[in-house]
Amino acid sequence: MASLLQLFWSFFKIGTFTLGGGYAMIPLMEKELVDKHQWITHEEFLDVIALAQTMPGIFAANMAVHIGWRMRGVPGAVIALLGNILMPILIILALAMSLHYLQGNAVVEAIFKGVRPVVVALIAAPVFRMAKTAKISRYNFWIPLVAALLIWLLGVSPIWVILIAGFGGFVYGKYLEKKEVRL
Amino acid sequence: MIFWKLFYTFCKIGIFNFGGGYAMIALIQNEVVEKQGWMTMAEFTDIVATSQVTPGPIGINVATYAGYTSVVNAGYDPIWGVAGAFLASFSVILLPFLLMLIVSRFLLKYKDHPIVKTVMSVLKLTVIGLIAAAAVLLVRPETFGTYSESPLQFFLSIGLFAAAFFLSLKRKLGPIALIVLSGVVGFVVYYGLGG
Repeated sequence: MASLLQLFWSFFKIGTFTLGGGYAMIPLMEKELVDKHQWITHEEFLDVIALAQTMPGIFAANMAVHIGWRMRGVPGAVIALLGNILMPILIILALAMSLHYLQGNAVVEAIFKGVRPVVVALIAAPVFRMAKTAKISRYNFWIPLVAALLIWLLGVSPIWVILIAGFGGFVYGKYLEKKEVRL
Repeated sequence: MIFWKLFYTFCKIGIFNFGGGYAMIALIQNEVVEKQGWMTMAEFTDIVATSQVTPGPIGINVATYAGYTSVVNAGYDPIWGVAGAFLASFSVILLPFLLMLIVSRFLLKYKDHPIVKTVMSVLKLTVIGLIAAAAVLLVRPETFGTYSESPLQFFLSIGLFAAAFFLSLKRKLGPIALIVLSGVVGFVVYYGLGG
């Protein structure tokens, strides 16, 4: 069983030393939690990944909350979460303040002028990557299409689109799925 | 009162985010740029870029940085910006945190339930549309420049976009490498050569 200090330290390392977002933390989490400390088994770890993906919010934070909670209840959940996000918050905050101070600086502006179109590409690329993993087909391609058009052309809030989709999925799953083609 | 609005907005963003960091970028863009007008599209793009090259979950990073910028842009001192940064990151995890504590005990059992699976697969598909819309909405003069103002920047932007898109999708080059490389290109062309 993990102590609060151990929990904090493990998640601190996981949060501080992973570049590339929440999913990039999975290998380090597995090494730290499953291999090194054996707080949970590999199968349990996979279950927690599925759970953290199903729940809303931030994937890595959800992982930390659930594993912390398993180890040490609510205090464990708080400590694991804090450990996970403390350094990232401090680092990005320091950068935010420095970049704000440097606003209008010709060098910074030149760098970002080059970076901005690449950020757009980095947001566009996952669309195609995710389309593959979500098993897009001729029966369901209209769902992302309609969602994008509602937001882009009609200015509908993405939150409403999520709500409608969740409700639609529920109704479909509960009443219609058996009779029709699977999504 | 911007702090209350910040709290409310980021609570909403947290609890309605299904589908990872990029989905959250789409939500934050809609709420913070389009709806509240707390920052420009260019500022938002810079925040996303910075958030990808620092450690930690991208959603947390974007929320923290956006919280800071929103408050400072509203005319407050940077010290209040720090408060805004902490408030935004706190708000974005608050509801998912509570939900995880309440639901995880039984959701572990139900996560393979057919209805849960159907809802999740519909949400997964929807989120693809969400991110696509965010990408399309980011194609603006603020991010690409304009032909009339600077043909060089306009064509270079299109070139960088296409190259990054290709390298990311086909060559699996990571975001950090792409952001650093394009930053170097920007520095050399726009500062070094005075373009």
